[in-house]
Amino acid sequence: MNPLLRTVVALCSGVLFGFGLWLSGMVDPARVLGFLEVASGDWDPSLLFVLGGAVSVTLVGVIVQRRLSAPVLEADFHLPEGGRIDRRLLLGSALFGIGWGLAGFCPGPAISALSTGLAPVVLFVAAMAVGMLVHDRLIAPALRHPTQRPRAGQHGLQSR
Amino acid sequence: MSAYWPSLFGGMLLGVSASVLLLLNGRVAGVSGIFGGLLNGRRILPNIAFLLGLLAGPPLYALEFGAMPGITITASLPLILVSGLLVGVGTRMGSGCTSGHGIVGLARLSKRSFAATATFLAMGVTTATLIGLLS
Repeated sequence: MNPLLRTVVALCSGVLFGFGLWLSGMVDPARVLGFLEVASGDWDPSLLFVLGGAVSVTLVGVIVQRRLSAPVLEADFHLPEGGRIDRRLLLGSALFGIGWGLAGFCPGPAISALSTGLAPVVLFVAAMAVGMLVHDRLIAPALRHPTQRPRAGQHGLQSR
Repeated sequence: MSAYWPSLFGGMLLGVSASVLLLLNGRVAGVSGIFGGLLNGRRILPNIAFLLGLLAGPPLYALEFGAMPGITITASLPLILVSGLLVGVGTRMGSGCTSGHGIVGLARLSKRSFAATATFLAMGVTTATLIGLLS
């Protein structure tokens, strides 16, 4: 029963996320660029309100989560354990930021905007999928050369 | 101020969505992680369900407000292509995007997410501002 319930929860969460993105205006790349372009003379702070609203509500969720030993529908929480701020995190985030600033799309709004059927949106999501696969299949394995391999018992190679 | 109410409420809905996924399924609502996971064939059903939910945003918005919201895309197709590739590689290498790091990671007070968010915001602002000044 739980796998079905988890799928229903994921669907509901996605619907809320999609509706929130559209209500907030962040699906429109012009609004996002209006925030990122700080020298436009017509700066739009909307994104700060979106982020502020989202983080403050999620903070409440996190406070509740820390009092639970397990999520309602799963045996364990599947959350990143933190770790170091390394080069991959910073380089990846920098590349993402450049891509974000080029067109005003990030993954959530772009996927949600697919339902408009607009060709540039389809192109963006297709290119993003290619970029992800190129990273996961080619770049990540190449970066994992022996000198960088985590020592035994460290980083999570043993997980599942 | 009143012009920003929809942004604030929309943002709060994102927070409700992230909290629901965290408390019930024990997962981070990170779109690049969910989409990337699906591309790699992991947790196919819940990942597809979340993404289908995301797609339902505009039709629901149309039901509520009578019309689909308009979006304006100014970037040329070649720029869109490059942008998509960078976002794809970058979000996987950096383990997250605006949702996973920017919303859930910050709310979890993750040092890595603070660093990631500061980095992609700084690069996004720099890139968009430079393009704005050059065009």
